[in-house]
Amino acid sequence: MLTPSIQFAYLTRFGDTALILSQRLAEMCGKGPALEEDMALANTALDLLGQARLWLTYAGEIEAAGRDEDALAYLRGDREFHNLLLVEQPSSSYAHVLMRQFYFDVWHNLALARLESSTDPRIAEIAAKSRKETAYHLRRSSDLIVRLGDGTAESRARMASAADSLWPYTGEFFTADFVDSTMAEAGMAFDPHALRDDWLRFVRQVFEAATLHMPPLDAWMHKGGKQGLHTEHLSYLLAEMQVLHREHPGAAW
Amino acid sequence: MQTELPQADARTLSAPTEPGAEERAFQTRFETGIAASIKIEPKDWMPDAYRRTLIRQISQHAHSEIVGQLPEANWITRAPSLKRKAILLAKVQDEAGHGLYLYSAAETLGISRDQMVRDLLSGKAKYSSIFNYPTLTWADVGAIGWLVDGAAIINQIPLCRCSYGPYARAMVRICKEESFHQRQGFEIMMVLSSGTPRQKAMAQDALDRWWWPSLMMFGPPDAESANSAQSMRWGIKLFSNDELRQRFVDQTVSQAEYLGLRVPDPDLRWNGERGQYDFGAIDWNEFRNVIKGNGPCNRERMRVRTQAHEDGAWFREALERHAAKLAQRNEGTAAPRAAQGAP
Amino acid sequence: MNDWPLWEVFIRSQHGLAHRHVGSLHAPDAGMAMNNARDVYTRRNEGTSIWVVRSSEIVASNPGDKDALFDPASSKVYRHPTFYPMPEEVKHI
Repeated sequence: MLTPSIQFAYLTRFGDTALILSQRLAEMCGKGPALEEDMALANTALDLLGQARLWLTYAGEIEAAGRDEDALAYLRGDREFHNLLLVEQPSSSYAHVLMRQFYFDVWHNLALARLESSTDPRIAEIAAKSRKETAYHLRRSSDLIVRLGDGTAESRARMASAADSLWPYTGEFFTADFVDSTMAEAGMAFDPHALRDDWLRFVRQVFEAATLHMPPLDAWMHKGGKQGLHTEHLSYLLAEMQVLHREHPGAAW
Repeated sequence: MQTELPQADARTLSAPTEPGAEERAFQTRFETGIAASIKIEPKDWMPDAYRRTLIRQISQHAHSEIVGQLPEANWITRAPSLKRKAILLAKVQDEAGHGLYLYSAAETLGISRDQMVRDLLSGKAKYSSIFNYPTLTWADVGAIGWLVDGAAIINQIPLCRCSYGPYARAMVRICKEESFHQRQGFEIMMVLSSGTPRQKAMAQDALDRWWWPSLMMFGPPDAESANSAQSMRWGIKLFSNDELRQRFVDQTVSQAEYLGLRVPDPDLRWNGERGQYDFGAIDWNEFRNVIKGNGPCNRERMRVRTQAHEDGAWFREALERHAAKLAQRNEGTAAPRAAQGAP
Repeated sequence: MNDWPLWEVFIRSQHGLAHRHVGSLHAPDAGMAMNNARDVYTRRNEGTSIWVVRSSEIVASNPGDKDALFDPASSKVYRHPTFYPMPEEVKHI
């Protein structure tokens, strides 16, 4: 049965995912491989941060416990975060940054497109606004995957390695749990399995143009992010993100 | 376009040479006209010294924007609210954009961005020494916006009217975008100074550390400023360092008073006769030392920029390679079609 | 390594005016120049349309020809409406 706590859990999945990826991109600010690229990355980070704020604000309203976007972002521990594992993976190299973004953008667009027809008008509205932004993110990330895959031998090797190492974090896009299925049954959300074929088709197309191999479809996949069971990276990310806010309880900024 | 320009060097600028007819005409324009109304465009004839001075000035300015991202970017990941995080990220991104506009303006003078970046990383080119100071607390982000951007605006607004067209146009765009930078900084300071005692102490500490470096941003005193006179004659510097510094002090002191913060200068007092503030002596030894490379963060700033540049090499090269492949393929497909001829 | 080629960016503003030169950027080819132009020059709602042109493709007039190119027009005062004084009682002209 649909309860506010299920809705809250679902909304924080989207909010936390956007927030954590935005944080990962913000870490790169001023350190990109070219000035133009720095600008683009910051645009994406800003879009995602804006989306995170919309989702978290709404989650706080549904929860009705007086928590606003900042209370949710700064005062929860890593077991209470519900973001996808993929987005918390570190930016080990720029190839990882772009591949992480690409895998995510493809899924994000498909997911938001479904949410646009959510029976919850607020969800539909946030999804519609977000998808305008993510359509451009996808255009940019898929373009770069093609260019860097089909660039130099070095760039192909780097992209291939990033594609493989991040691949096991993509399975989580398509696995449903009780929260997903309850939301889907209420017409507020979608069945995650249903996105897989479209996701694979798009990724395969781009990888072909990029002369990259698809990682094995039956590969073992990580899971747990949506339920609050994360990789070791998240706690460090949160420690940094939350340190100042937590150091001054109750202060205004 | 020229290639292989000699490196801008302040010491060669005043070297006396026999002026040619073009140079005399150029000088006459500036001597008889109002500097601010003369616009020199990239293809116009200009003396080498004018070109070199501009390259040095614009690229230095661009480098300052690029390096200047780092102290503030240091706090993006720790910004205390999501709203502040968004504002700061947008602001630091603007700095990258401003660097980009300025590099482009300098490129119209015949130097490549790549060359300018190499000069920065090799230590040959300078950037504003203020960015070699560390940002230790969140209040430093506020102080930078309020003081450093405040000083930058005072420096930059006159440059919107400078004699070199591409530079002036870049500055117009930059000043327009920067108008929110100082305000967001002051707003941070307002919130902190009316916040908890710890927040207020943080704000005062930031003002204590950023005040003097901000005054140094206007450059050495007029008496010691080697190139000022020539630059003013050419309309690429419209007010002297000391004039602009005074303007900054005069407008900032009352803002500090509004915040309830104390300016860390025991000699600061209103001079009714001059209608301006008198202020204490600036420690120019510190200034020269930081410029020489001995500031708290000089090495760290250059390390980060160098690493970003080196880490990005494969990326830049691969995109260039892919573009070349595309161009080749397009040629390959275009040729047979053309060969078929018109129906 | 050298820079990517330089591109000039032209933006049509919200108000339906002509595309206007706003600045330059570097990009390996036209496709990326377009994306970069979007990311660099339309961050504040500035545009509804973008043109990018390789800087090396722009042909500019020579400043030395300025007199020959532009001075002759200044003597054609009869091209301007103010050349024709109209009696005050004549309206809508």
